Amino acid sequence: MSSSANKKAIQALAETISKKVEHFNKKEVECLIWRFNALLEAQKHSDGSVSGLDRNQFKVVLHNLFEMTDDFIMDRVFRIFDKDNDGFVTVEEWIQGLSVHFWGTLDEQKRYCFHMYDLKGSGFITRDDIFLLLKDSFHLRLEEEGREDDYQDEQDEINELMEIVLKKMDHDKDGRLSFQDFEKSVKKEELLLEAFGSCLPNFRKKFEQQVLEKQQDE
Amino acid sequence: MGVSLSKAAQWTTFSPDASKLKSTPTNEALLKEILTFVEQIGSQHPQEADFTFEAPLQWRTTVVTSDLKSDYHIRDSTAWSHETDSREAPPLLTPFTVRVRSLGQLSMLIQAAEDKKLEEVQACLEGNRDFLVKILGPRIASQLLEDGAYADVESLKEDVKDEASEIKARLVALLQNTDTRILRKLLRDFSDAQYDPDFMKVEMDFLQFCSEGDDRLLKSVRYTSDFEFWNGCRAPPWRQAQGEICYVVIESVDTGSLNVTCCTAGVFLNGVGGPGALFISNSRKEFILNSAAGVTLWLLLFHTYIMYIHSVTCRLRDCCSFRKTSSKATLAELSSETSSESEEEEERPEHQPESDFYLSSEFLQIKKLVKYLKKGDQKVTLLMLCCMLDLDLTQDSCNLAIRDEGGLQFLLNLLDTNEDKCKIGALKILIRMSRCVPIQRSMEDMLGVRSLVNNLDSEVTKVKALAAETIANVANFPRARRTVRQSGGIEKLIKLLDCFLKSQKKSDHLENMEAARCGALALWSCSRSTKNKKAICSAGGIPLLGCLLTSSLESMLIPVVGTLQECASEESSRITIQSKDIIKNLVKNLRSNCTDLQIQCSMALFKCAEDTETRDLVRKYKGLKPLVELLNNTNNKELLAAATGAIWKCSISIENVLIFQNDKVLESLAGLLTAQPEEVLINVAGALTEFLQVPANKAVIRKCDGIKPMIQLLLSTNQALLVNVTKAISACATDRENMKIIDELDGISLLWSLLQNPNPEVQASAAWAICPCIGNSKDAMRTVLSFQGFGRIPDLLMSTNNEVLASICAVIAKLAKYKNILATLTDLGIVSLLTKLTNTKDDRLRHHLSDAICHCCQFANNTAAFGEAGAVEPLVRYMKSEDILVRQSATMALFQLSWDPNNNLTMLSRGAVKVSCV
Repeated sequence: MSSSANKKAIQALAETISKKVEHFNKKEVECLIWRFNALLEAQKHSDGSVSGLDRNQFKVVLHNLFEMTDDFIMDRVFRIFDKDNDGFVTVEEWIQGLSVHFWGTLDEQKRYCFHMYDLKGSGFITRDDIFLLLKDSFHLRLEEEGREDDYQDEQDEINELMEIVLKKMDHDKDGRLSFQDFEKSVKKEELLLEAFGSCLPNFRKKFEQQVLEKQQDE
Repeated sequence: MGVSLSKAAQWTTFSPDASKLKSTPTNEALLKEILTFVEQIGSQHPQEADFTFEAPLQWRTTVVTSDLKSDYHIRDSTAWSHETDSREAPPLLTPFTVRVRSLGQLSMLIQAAEDKKLEEVQACLEGNRDFLVKILGPRIASQLLEDGAYADVESLKEDVKDEASEIKARLVALLQNTDTRILRKLLRDFSDAQYDPDFMKVEMDFLQFCSEGDDRLLKSVRYTSDFEFWNGCRAPPWRQAQGEICYVVIESVDTGSLNVTCCTAGVFLNGVGGPGALFISNSRKEFILNSAAGVTLWLLLFHTYIMYIHSVTCRLRDCCSFRKTSSKATLAELSSETSSESEEEEERPEHQPESDFYLSSEFLQIKKLVKYLKKGDQKVTLLMLCCMLDLDLTQDSCNLAIRDEGGLQFLLNLLDTNEDKCKIGALKILIRMSRCVPIQRSMEDMLGVRSLVNNLDSEVTKVKALAAETIANVANFPRARRTVRQSGGIEKLIKLLDCFLKSQKKSDHLENMEAARCGALALWSCSRSTKNKKAICSAGGIPLLGCLLTSSLESMLIPVVGTLQECASEESSRITIQSKDIIKNLVKNLRSNCTDLQIQCSMALFKCAEDTETRDLVRKYKGLKPLVELLNNTNNKELLAAATGAIWKCSISIENVLIFQNDKVLESLAGLLTAQPEEVLINVAGALTEFLQVPANKAVIRKCDGIKPMIQLLLSTNQALLVNVTKAISACATDRENMKIIDELDGISLLWSLLQNPNPEVQASAAWAICPCIGNSKDAMRTVLSFQGFGRIPDLLMSTNNEVLASICAVIAKLAKYKNILATLTDLGIVSLLTKLTNTKDDRLRHHLSDAICHCCQFANNTAAFGEAGAVEPLVRYMKSEDILVRQSATMALFQLSWDPNNNLTMLSRGAVKVSCV
């Protein structure tokens, strides 16, 4: 597939990157670079040469590797991976992102998820954030029936739901979730880590097999 | 109206000829309804009102001609209606009697009665019990009554061609509709009614009336309690506070019995639990509804039925489709289960949450959470699951509310999805809910156990662990344990243990250990069913459990040892347990700091030490000493019972007894003979029996005053305890010094009175204990003669239990040494009784029987009597027995019998000489 020069370049790159990220060793980084290049290759067919994965291609990856389905959340994941906000995920961003996404410690994951749900970057998960995150949960029904009254009901329901959630997670009762609130809730019940949408890989083993181990064989 | 009258109205029952409507609120309401109907018929249904009856309705009236308006021809005190056609009709109203030919006439007449309308309607109904027949003719009326209110009006219309008949059909329909309407209204009134003890008494009187006579509908009707409080209630005061009045058991003639609770809110059927119960009670009720014509009974049951329907509707709503299809199957399963697994417990009725719970904020919260749990996508579901974990799930009322709102079914459904996070959340809730007994049953009813078992294969270790822990809780009752086995759960649980033992990676170690721990917990719960014990054993679970025994974690060890302990009651598993190093580890854990673990280990040893090899192994691994140390924990009775049990079984080997005696265990045991629970006493007495097999210990027990408390225990009622104590006393009594003490305490008469005990085991061991007593006591003869209880001996000789027979024969052999007793026994006819037993094939019985015959021969002409009864021939056959004891005692008996020349002839002809020479 590639020449030995190419191979060497990748090894060198892996060397440098593996020093920057915590949870992957050099071999694993190498595998991830291979995978990244393969994905980039696939993308090139549609448009010219680019520096990284674009939003759509990235979402496809998320869907295929981690079985994520929620479009809204996938957008958020892309935003977080794409640190410099240029609309592309470069190879370095890819590996750094995955390292938290995939092998992060609980603390790192808490921060990652909190960041994910803090839509406006205000440092708090506000009522508006929660509303946006949860509004799709009833969306399907709305389309089916599509009547004004139902829409109002829907709003009421989401509001009621929001009250329940805030009552549970807003420990300092200021009407919004600070990181401390979030951390405290997660400490009490680990499942709340992904309270507002699944954004961590469901199937670690599958990913391990598909990306890390399989590539090592090659 | 026919049905409401025949079934809803309450007629006086005492004099059928002049039946009157009772003045009850029901009847009053009924009459008012009918009155309204009759009053309106003229204006609302003029055609039907004009329809002429087949026969006139006739009754005694208080209306006189002066009350009537101008529509009538009036002559003196007799009146004719205007409507009557040209032909000479009988008068409508003669003094005191009225004849009505149409509903219109009836309506007008009743209006004329003014303020006595109700009385008039009542008189009309009372005078015309068969008014449907009179109005419509017998054919249609009977059809209406038999098929309930739903006779086929359409077919009736086709039947009849002319116009008059069409009106008739319309009238039928009208009557039917009214009928249904009145019934419905009455029932609604009923539901609102508050019952009081007096009302219940009237109902009961009537029900009891139904259960009398040859063609009775009910076998029996009785209160569960004979005691009646001053306020007329029979329920205990604390239940009266809940509004309960009394409890009634109704047995119908050909189905089972119904347990009914009467309370102020109505009459309820008890024990409406799982789907099986639901089905059974359902069909029973329908049956009674169809077969019972008794008015009150019908009402009572119909009311019960309505209330019952109301109470189950919400549950039905959730799993309706499933239950409808499977209720029959469940019934079959249920009955097969009771027969196949004898340990099936009674299904306990569940308590409904207190009514004010439904008003609490907690209930509203549950309602909200379950609503969104069901409604939202998985994101919301997960959030709601986390919120539900904050609920107080230790409360039954919360759990039942979740179930009744459909939450339980939803949680179980989540288990069949691929959402691992939701599964984990759901399982966390289910673990807590499944500690509540009614929920366990509901989970099984909703096929939840199967789903749980399926999750034992999950790729996520945490899901496996949580599912196993839930199973451990749910498998609290036999039906669930059977489901676990039938859906292959046992194998999967064992696989969890295997996974842990084989896991290499350090990272997974903790998770796998947790899964194995939960697996062991689940196996422990499941192993309470016999078939599951076998399944665990045949799936190779025992060696794995044995490996886990090396763990040092108490929370792991307790369920592991618990499972082993349960399995040890199966002989096949015991062999596996011994062949592994399990005993060694069990002994090691006896020294644990955790009492629960010590209890389980002791119980396991108690069960395993039935076999000699195990007893030797326990000794080899120095397990006797820690067992003795456990005896110091006199406060924890459970531990004490387990430890004494293990000591008992271990002491069956004499070598162990000798080691135990180094620690003076006999003295400690003797100290435990007083003020202990029966479980401990049984084991202590058992152990003492074994200890006393060593001659030296017989003096020890005397010295530490152990005999007196033993004799006192003979007054106990626990059968197992009696068996063991009599055995211990029997072992004591072989020592003459001990016998003196037993005599002083009147032990023989206590033992003798135990022969009256209905349990054959007790009878036999008491008889065995009496034997050495008679032999060793100087006063025995005097004592035995003084209470003259020989009457029991012939009865016991007719027992079907060989052990009882052998023991009684032994007693007879001992007693026969005293001439005057032998005379009494002979009078009681023991010669023929003993002879009857000679056909036995049991060598032990043969031995003692020959002995008894031998000793009985020494009185008068018993020798000849035995010969005549035919005892010689079988005794000759005994000579061919392989048991030397049998041959010996048979020889002795034949020797005694040979004093009679006729017997010698028989012996010769049967070849006794030849046999003896061989």
